[in-house]
Amino acid sequence: MDYEPKILGFLCNWCSYAGADLAGVSRIQYAPNLRVIRVMCSGRIDPIFILEGFLKGIDGIMVLGCHLGDCHYINGNYEAEIKIGVLNKLLKLIGFSERLILDWVSASEGNRFAQVVNEFTEKIRDLGPSPIKDKKYKINITDELNVIKSALSDIRLRVFIGRKRSIITEGNVYGEVISEEEFDKILDQAIYDEYIRNKILLKIKNKSKSVPEISKEIRVEPNRVLEHIICLKSRGLVDFDKIIDIYPKFISIKEE
Amino acid sequence: MEDIKIGVFICHCGTNIGGVLDIASITEYVKTLPNVIYAADNIYTCSEVGLSEIRNKIKEFNLNRVIVASCTPRTHESLFRNTCQEAGLNPYLFEMVNIRDQDSWVHMKEPEKGTEKAKDLIRMGLSKAILLRPLEKIKVDINPSALIIGGGISGIHAALNLANQGFQTTIIEKESELGGNLKLLNKLYPIQVDASKLLEIIYMVESHRNINVITSSIPVKVEGFIGNFETTIKKNKQISKIKTGIIIIATGAKALIPEGLFGYNGKTVISQLDLEQLLKENNVNAQNIVMIQCVGARNDVRPYCSKICCMTALKNAMLIKEINPNANITILFRDIQTQGTTYEDYYRKAREKAILFVKYSPEKPPLVKNSVVEVYNELRNLIINIPYDLVVLSTPLIAHEDSTKLAKMLKIPQQDNKFFLEAHVKLRPVDFATDGIFVCGSAHWPADVRESITQAYAAASRASRFLSKDYLEVEGATAEVDTEICIKCKICIKICPFSAISKNQEGEILVNKILCKACGVCGASCPVGAITIHHFTDEQIISEILSCGVGY
Repeated sequence: MDYEPKILGFLCNWCSYAGADLAGVSRIQYAPNLRVIRVMCSGRIDPIFILEGFLKGIDGIMVLGCHLGDCHYINGNYEAEIKIGVLNKLLKLIGFSERLILDWVSASEGNRFAQVVNEFTEKIRDLGPSPIKDKKYKINITDELNVIKSALSDIRLRVFIGRKRSIITEGNVYGEVISEEEFDKILDQAIYDEYIRNKILLKIKNKSKSVPEISKEIRVEPNRVLEHIICLKSRGLVDFDKIIDIYPKFISIKEE
Repeated sequence: MEDIKIGVFICHCGTNIGGVLDIASITEYVKTLPNVIYAADNIYTCSEVGLSEIRNKIKEFNLNRVIVASCTPRTHESLFRNTCQEAGLNPYLFEMVNIRDQDSWVHMKEPEKGTEKAKDLIRMGLSKAILLRPLEKIKVDINPSALIIGGGISGIHAALNLANQGFQTTIIEKESELGGNLKLLNKLYPIQVDASKLLEIIYMVESHRNINVITSSIPVKVEGFIGNFETTIKKNKQISKIKTGIIIIATGAKALIPEGLFGYNGKTVISQLDLEQLLKENNVNAQNIVMIQCVGARNDVRPYCSKICCMTALKNAMLIKEINPNANITILFRDIQTQGTTYEDYYRKAREKAILFVKYSPEKPPLVKNSVVEVYNELRNLIINIPYDLVVLSTPLIAHEDSTKLAKMLKIPQQDNKFFLEAHVKLRPVDFATDGIFVCGSAHWPADVRESITQAYAAASRASRFLSKDYLEVEGATAEVDTEICIKCKICIKICPFSAISKNQEGEILVNKILCKACGVCGASCPVGAITIHHFTDEQIISEILSCGVGY
């Protein structure tokens, strides 16, 4: 089926937006699918923005900033790289990561800007429309994206992401510098855990369920599910509801 | 709730936009959008006719938001903002939509798709415009005075330059007198001028009515921001405070003392700096001299090239040859770095004077023995023994130990080698990201006298851009912390590249609006959403995103 992908692009004011303008001045023709939101720095992009876009049915999203080392704000694009990196890992879990790219285009790269837009547009065209627009998948995908959104809205992952660069460069409060590989190992686990925990919360949002029931639904070992339930209970997000047969049932008490 | 009245002006830009996109259809579409009170097209919105129409319509329809869909905000936003202001509308209530550079010019062969894109872009702009809030620019008074930390050759020149422009300037110097490293040197390349000659200007500094010199003193605390720094200075045990508009760092560097390297003993094996002293005293009696380059430099500990040592060695070799033309001088080098025309010429002259150059490799460094230096010559694949009665080691300039303390005090970055790191290597070579602080001379990286003076003038010139103003006007669109929501995790303090965020005495996290550049990185990083990035708020951006996805 023929469709025109809708692409959203976040462009930083100083490099990629200027590069896009240069493509215009040079009359370089490229795919008309892109809609641009200008921000001052790619580091301004909260991963939540991107999820809002996907939830609204945007087929592909580009975040374009200055080349690393050339950021007008010194290191905003490094922060962008970290944030988009984490989002990308979460999107991978639900098979959505292909629809997002982070790339660098300088103010002098009009040609490159057009090329990056064209290549991404074609890739999204090949991938087909966002599954969220398909009635068959709409509820499922919306749920999954909302799970990621709540994981990334939560203070725990955000503190992790926000501290990453200072911990791998300057060190933590004890002055220990942790290597990026080491940090990412811990971060990856946290990403996965928060994803599962938010998934559990979604599953028991309106109806209390037992550990085996949840385990079956989200396809995670029951003992792991129980660990997550205990963790969520200590955070005050889950409560015990009732016992059916021999199984205690839990319900989300997260305020909306 | 404010009654939003939006006026949308759609520009043909002659045929640039109008020749491609269907402006009539766009205008009709825009009229159907919510809150649009007025929508019209102009041939040239940026012409006086177009601008006065904006002014008139603001008054006629009582517009409180204005959108221009035309070229790029990077060139025309300020013009339209000013126009809004002239008509009494806060300039931050203006929004620009780019339908030329990023639409009509790049979709010339697909006008229908370009027209659809323009409609989407204007709808997105509108959705942001509805949420725009008026903002005010902030005025900051500037104290027209300068503090220069370090009284070496670059500090002296920066001070003289600023003082001659009429700015009150204070130099604080760690040592008991001005002059820095130059006091230790004999003659300077490439013109063999006496170093002391260059220090004659010290009397001009000390007698200048605009310069105050405080020796034997160090800064212990720096507070404030551009225009209004307050530095606490410690002289002996006395503490004093000084208020200045800007700060220039001219703390220099020092030559590495090659303790434990190549048998350094300060007598038969000395450093180039020791040699300078001997030459000053006219006390070089050696007949066979071997110089070793890159001692303690370009290795794992100090990977950088100190840049000045090749020329220093050449200069000192030439001076010895002048005194004693029969002296045998051999320079053991890894690479001779004599960049540019004058220095390369200097190198050639040294060769003409029969100074020998032997290349060694870092894997097989020379061995200083009792009376000979043993060196493996790569080119000839041969070990040669060179007799000596004096070995001179060329060592790099290294950053002062206390430079990290100063960096923390001023919240400015350092490179791995502890030299200060400028804001941008090409675009802002003597600035720091933090406004009002500048760097010159070897504090930045090893510099010879010529470069130090050049950079001193550059720093003084950059500083006077601010000092010559009565006040500074800074952007109204900045970050703001909601202290009610803030959990004081301090992530924003660490993440801000401009040190604009800090904790006040009550423990509250606050943004200094003068230092904030509104990049928005703190806003995207706040774990609890306590930071608002004005003019690019979460709500405004999300509103644009949702509006982009309309129809799905």
